[in-house]
Amino acid sequence: MSGMDLKTRLRELFVKNPETPEIVRLIKELARRLGGEVVKIMDFCGTHEWTITSYGLRSLMPENVELIAGPGCPVCVTPGHYVEGLVKLALEGVNVFTYGDAFKLPSVKGAKPRSLAEAKMLGGKVTVVYSFLDAIKEAGRRGSEEHVFFAVGFETTMPAVAEPVYNMAIPKNLTILSAHRLTPPIMRYLLENVREVRVDGIIAPGHVSAVIGYKEWEFLVRDFNIPTVVSGFEPVDVLLAILAVLKCKVEGKPSLINEYVRVVKPDGNLRAKKIINEVFKTVDSYWRGIGVVPSSGALLRERFADFDASLRYGIVERPDFSDVLPGCRCGEVTLGKVKPTSCPLFMKACTPENPYGPCMVSSEGTCRIWAENLHTILTEL
Amino acid sequence: MCLGVPAKIVRKWGEGAITYAEVDLGGVTKEVIVATDEEVGVGDYVIVHAGIVISKISEDELEETLKLYKELSLEETS
Ligand code: SF4
Repeated sequence: MSGMDLKTRLRELFVKNPETPEIVRLIKELARRLGGEVVKIMDFCGTHEWTITSYGLRSLMPENVELIAGPGCPVCVTPGHYVEGLVKLALEGVNVFTYGDAFKLPSVKGAKPRSLAEAKMLGGKVTVVYSFLDAIKEAGRRGSEEHVFFAVGFETTMPAVAEPVYNMAIPKNLTILSAHRLTPPIMRYLLENVREVRVDGIIAPGHVSAVIGYKEWEFLVRDFNIPTVVSGFEPVDVLLAILAVLKCKVEGKPSLINEYVRVVKPDGNLRAKKIINEVFKTVDSYWRGIGVVPSSGALLRERFADFDASLRYGIVERPDFSDVLPGCRCGEVTLGKVKPTSCPLFMKACTPENPYGPCMVSSEGTCRIWAENLHTILTEL
Repeated sequence: MCLGVPAKIVRKWGEGAITYAEVDLGGVTKEVIVATDEEVGVGDYVIVHAGIVISKISEDELEETLKLYKELSLEETS
C-alpha cells in the first residue's frame, strides 16, 4: 500500500467511495465561505494520521484548511526509563513481554543496549506478543520463569489488562508495568500550555471514544470553543469530520459531533470503564519529550500490588528529559509543533528500518507514518 | 498495537467472569477477551483492539453516518 503515488491513491479512494468528490466539493465550498480565515484541524489518532497521509487527503484540502497530526501515539510518549528498566530485567533473565510496536523503542540517552530488540540480540529474554492474553497463556506455559508485561497504550488497551487483573486470571509469575496514558488530559494540556499550536478543530479518537464515550470530549467545546468530531477511520469518515468542523466554523457554532455512530456511544463502554476504574488509579505522569501532564497516567491500585512490576522491580519514570535523544524532535512532532520533515534526521539517520527516535518506531508515530508514505508526502510538499 | 480493526465473532465462551471469543480478522483467527456488555454473538462484527473486543459495530447506524452527510450537504446548499 505504501509507496503508491498520490494519483493512484486518490483514484482508489474515489472509486471505492463514489460520494467522496461531493464531500470534497462541500469542504472547498465551506472553506471559501470562511474567506481567508485559516482553519487548523488536529487529528488526535495515529490511525487518523495514517488515513490522511496514506490517502493523500492533505492534497485535497483547500489552501486555508490545514491538517495537523496530534499526540495519538502512546509508544512515542512512553518514558525511556521504563525501557531502561526492562532491558536490565531481560538481561538478568526475567522474560519481558512487549507489543511489537514497543520492541525497538529506544531507552534513555546513551543507553546500551538501546532497546528491548537489542537486548534480545545480546541474549536477553524478550517475547513479542499480540496481546496481554497471549502473554498470560505463554507465562502459564513457561511456569518456572519470571515474566513482566510492558503495558503501553491509551484507554483502548487498558481493558485488556484490567479484565484479567480484576478477575485474578493471571499466573503468579507474571507482573505488569503500566505505562498507560489517558487522552483527554493531554488534549487539555496541549490547549492550555502549548500556545504556539493553534487548534481550530479537532478530529477526536474513534476507538478511545468507543471506550470512554464521546461525551468525555465535551470540555473541548465548553472550555475552548473548539468544534470536535469523533470520527471513524475510513477516508470518507475523516473527510466528513473535516466537513463537520468547517460547518461549525461557518455557522460560528462550535459543537461536539459523533461521526462514528456505528461504533461510538455517548457514554462509551460501561463495562470497560468500570473495570478500568476498579483496577487503575489516575496519577500525574511524564510524557516523553513533553513533560508531566496532570492526571494523565494510570497505575495499578494498591490492592493489585502483587501484579505491579514497578513495585516489584523498582522501575519508575523520571521526568527529567534524559530520554530525549540528541537531535530528535519527537516531542515537538507529537504536540503538532513541527512536522517530521523539519527534523534533520528524518529519512537520514532515522528511518523505519533503523529508527532513531520514538516517533519512527511505532506504526502510530507521525514520523513513521510520513516515512512509510513518502510518495504522498513528497508530492504534497 | 494501537490499532482497532473490524473482526467477526466465530466462537464465544465464558470462563469465570471473563468472556472469551475467537474472532476472524480478515482470514486470521485470534482468541480475544470480550470487554463489553453489549450483546455480541457469533456472526456479529466487532472492533478488536490489542486482543479485546471493545465495541460492536452496528450495521443500522451506518445509515446514521450517511444521514449526517446528507444533513451537512442539504443545509449547505439551502
Ligand atoms: S525523524 Fe526520527 S529523530 Fe527526527 S523527530 Fe522523528 S523520530 Fe525523532
